[in-house]
Amino acid sequence: MTPALLVDGLAFAYPDGHQALYGIDLRVEPGERVAVLGPNGAGKTTLVLHLNGVLTAGAGQIEVAGLPVVKANLHEIRRRVGIVFQDPDDQLFMQTVGEDVAFGPANFGLTGAELDARVHQALDAVGMTGHIERSPLHLSGGQRRRVALATVLACDPEILVLDEPSANLEPVARRELAEVLLGLGRTMLMVTHDLPYALQLCPRSVLVDDGVVVADGPTRELLADAELLAAHRLELPYGFSFDRAT
Amino acid sequence: MGAGHHLLYHPGDSPVHRLPAQVKIVAALLTVIGVVATPREEFWAFGLYLLVVVSLWVVARVPVGHFAKRVVIEVPFVVIALLMPIFGGTAGALAGWNILAKGTLGVLTSLTLAATTTPRDLIIGLQRLRAPAVLTTIATLMLRYLEVIAAEARRMRIARISRGHDPRFLWQVGATARGVGALFIRSYERGERVHLAMVSRGWRGALPDRGVAAGPATWLTGLTPVLATAAVLGAALLLP
Repeated sequence: MTPALLVDGLAFAYPDGHQALYGIDLRVEPGERVAVLGPNGAGKTTLVLHLNGVLTAGAGQIEVAGLPVVKANLHEIRRRVGIVFQDPDDQLFMQTVGEDVAFGPANFGLTGAELDARVHQALDAVGMTGHIERSPLHLSGGQRRRVALATVLACDPEILVLDEPSANLEPVARRELAEVLLGLGRTMLMVTHDLPYALQLCPRSVLVDDGVVVADGPTRELLADAELLAAHRLELPYGFSFDRAT
Repeated sequence: MGAGHHLLYHPGDSPVHRLPAQVKIVAALLTVIGVVATPREEFWAFGLYLLVVVSLWVVARVPVGHFAKRVVIEVPFVVIALLMPIFGGTAGALAGWNILAKGTLGVLTSLTLAATTTPRDLIIGLQRLRAPAVLTTIATLMLRYLEVIAAEARRMRIARISRGHDPRFLWQVGATARGVGALFIRSYERGERVHLAMVSRGWRGALPDRGVAAGPATWLTGLTPVLATAAVLGAALLLP
């Protein structure tokens, strides 16, 4: 079966010479939910920006549902890879929620009734249909995050990539977002520091540090390995501990 | 942005409000051109122009007070216009009247457009008039991020004040200036992130088409004030 995402030997150095990725290998099957864990500066965001071709690999290759990430395919790749950025204010830039959700699918050629249907579908999936005419400015943090998710869902991506989805969310908003994400049934790659959130949402985790994948396995096993976490500047919040068994 | 938050917009549901923005923009522009082209000695013509604008307010059901408060922006020009007769005699008086009449009508026309059209619709109107995509994109982003940046500036100011900064004296203005610098950098970085997020959703340089096309009947209705202005202008130019 064609994997939803295939990353093979991905290496990248920034123009200033800083080498961020040293050969990342990652395979995500359709329908899988995978957390990408790692300390600050591990190369997680750099990896994400390669998935839709914003950054171009120095070496190695990436395929999204069988389509290689190369310049000729970029437009289709950006439809297939839906990135939800960390700060919803960076993502929501139109004057109404509806316009913002329509922005992506309109860029990918949808118009008229089809576009409207897609916008409603996406807002419905995140429970924000009632806010279609509102300005993103007047939504709560949790609502903004869900609208940001809808702007990407509306493009009907093959794989959903979330950058720190739980950052700056109050506990209730955090739980609501988790419920929405679990209900989507989509292939998902979630970059996060929030280890309990990774456990809640992603059966599998990969740990990235210093530009390579240092561990890849069931999330619970990774989080139960205190030595592994400590070696890569990760730790569970105060009061948490996990056993290997469920 | 709820309608109530606008400085210049007066919420309403009149025929003027409902008119597509592109029609109103063209009508306002043509009206101003007509006013400017009118010879300054034809005093009566300017009275008629004012009548056209005021009848628009009646149709749009926007109170005169709304415009009276906002026309204050014109005060510096009024001062210059009033000074002109003092220094320039009769010719000066005529020049002053020229600035005053045409300036005021121009400001009132723009205010009428702004009172009946939300900023968002104005941009959509410009987009439909095929204004350069770069301009409409910049305007769209400005409208969206102005409040975000203002909120950021407020937070930075509160953080400064909380650490004992009290910019009452000139030598304390340095911190404020550095704050403005920091705000610029932050906004610039935000711009890069917004761009990244737009590109990731397939943006290729133009915003999707928004708004609706206006038919010939709508255009004709919308341009009625322009026809009135043109009739006055014609009379002013041709009548002996």
